[in-house]
Amino acid sequence: MPEPRPGQFFMIEVNKGTDPLLKRAFSLFRKTENGLQILYRVRGKGTEILKEMKEGSVIEVLGPLGTCYPLPSGDVVPLVIAGGIGIASVFSFIEQLARRAIVFYGARTKNDLLMHDELKGFAKEILVSTDDGSAGQKGTIADSLSAFLSIPQSPISNYRMYACGPHLLLKAVSEIAKEYKIPSYISMEEHMACGIGACLGCVVKTRDGYTRVCKEGPVFEAKELIW
Amino acid sequence: MDLGVRIGSLELKNPVMTASGTFGYGEEYAEFLDLSSLGAVVVKGLSLLPKEGNPPPRIVETASGMLNAIGLQNIGIERFVEEKIPFLRTYDTKVIVNFFGDSIDEYVAAAERLSSVEGIHALEMNISCPNKQAGWCIFGTDPRVTTQVVGAVRKATKLPLIVKLSPNVTDISLMARVAVDAGADALSVINTLTGMVIDIRTRKPKLANRTGGLSGPAIKPVAVRMVYEVFKAVKVPVIGMGGIMHADDAIEFLLAGATAVAVGTANFVNPRATIDILDGIMTYMKDEKVEDINLLRGAAHAI
Repeated sequence: MPEPRPGQFFMIEVNKGTDPLLKRAFSLFRKTENGLQILYRVRGKGTEILKEMKEGSVIEVLGPLGTCYPLPSGDVVPLVIAGGIGIASVFSFIEQLARRAIVFYGARTKNDLLMHDELKGFAKEILVSTDDGSAGQKGTIADSLSAFLSIPQSPISNYRMYACGPHLLLKAVSEIAKEYKIPSYISMEEHMACGIGACLGCVVKTRDGYTRVCKEGPVFEAKELIW
Repeated sequence: MDLGVRIGSLELKNPVMTASGTFGYGEEYAEFLDLSSLGAVVVKGLSLLPKEGNPPPRIVETASGMLNAIGLQNIGIERFVEEKIPFLRTYDTKVIVNFFGDSIDEYVAAAERLSSVEGIHALEMNISCPNKQAGWCIFGTDPRVTTQVVGAVRKATKLPLIVKLSPNVTDISLMARVAVDAGADALSVINTLTGMVIDIRTRKPKLANRTGGLSGPAIKPVAVRMVYEVFKAVKVPVIGMGGIMHADDAIEFLLAGATAVAVGTANFVNPRATIDILDGIMTYMKDEKVEDINLLRGAAHAI
């Protein structure tokens, strides 16, 4: 297997039967010495089955697949934006950036901020926000990002943004990227069947028309995306 | 052990093909299997001009199946000929091009263009798409329209012509006879079944297109029944498809009357599904002491 890079994903079989039928797409969370880790929220049939899986179970995994977050050069100040379970996709990128990343991490409540403590060791700074104010700033990640950029610590041209999370957040980040002219990378999500570019199920709208998340993505340049 | 089958004048080294729309243009799967080991590669449906397809969400999983409403997104025939055919020609397999149009003229123009290309061995007509000229009726559900469009394409090509039947009809045997009378050399049975899934929270259909085509193991009994009926109704070879996941499924289709089988949704679940199915068919033949695959065809019809 090729070395997986942050931002890439795997198609993971959840059972041997036909219901659920399709493999599930999961971001690479972390690569360990002898394996891969995924981080997921139990949300449907597939993740319910995964949750019940016993240690030593054998499942098929396809990957690594798709594009990765491009590693920025040394003078860049990376702003990494994670909404909710989107942390799964950017976690290993933050780790790779070795205390360079300023992380904007938001969720509904304090309890939804998974891996927050672990993150502290890898990030330069973490700006937390929650919808209910139970941790960090009360409000959206986009609000705290806008506030941060309105009084920038470094020249705006030094920033690059990398984001994964809910659709509305990604759209807001794209708008901010456009407003401040910050080159940005967005990890997109769509219903996926094959994960290898054949079914054309997982498309998003880009300047090239409908484009596959599994092949040309999941990480897209923000300026390519049409919302 | 003899695995070779004939689809009209087209000779396949074995009966396992890919179903259009589930195998891209072949290259997507080349890193997972040797395309030369397949009986035929049937590529994603092409139109004369590129087509953008439907907005997402385009797919939704269902019990033992999935609905898709890709909207026939494709790169168009010219780009296919230029960019994909040279790659496909490096393999020792038959290349079958699935195509469609939104008017009879477009079908004819597409068939003529494809017939002039070296490296295309047969055409498969998708008649499950709407006819813009005739108020969006589906070409493949009205026998008169089916006769017209198949007849027109028949005159436009000398390549073996396979017509892919829509299952969304009352009497599939009638549609089979109509297609054969109009000049089809073989029939693909079946295309997807139209379905819908509604999100009970948003109270809206989950697909942006509202409806989509159901595929996967959920439709297999319907597909097997239709192959069985079509085999009785016409003399031309039938290519069976609809929910084939494993060799056992493929063998059911052969016994129902299929000359060859096409693997579709299974490719999404397991990129090597076609090869696994071919291996399984050989194991079955060995176990059952069947020397020639053609002896299985239609065996379920014996009284």
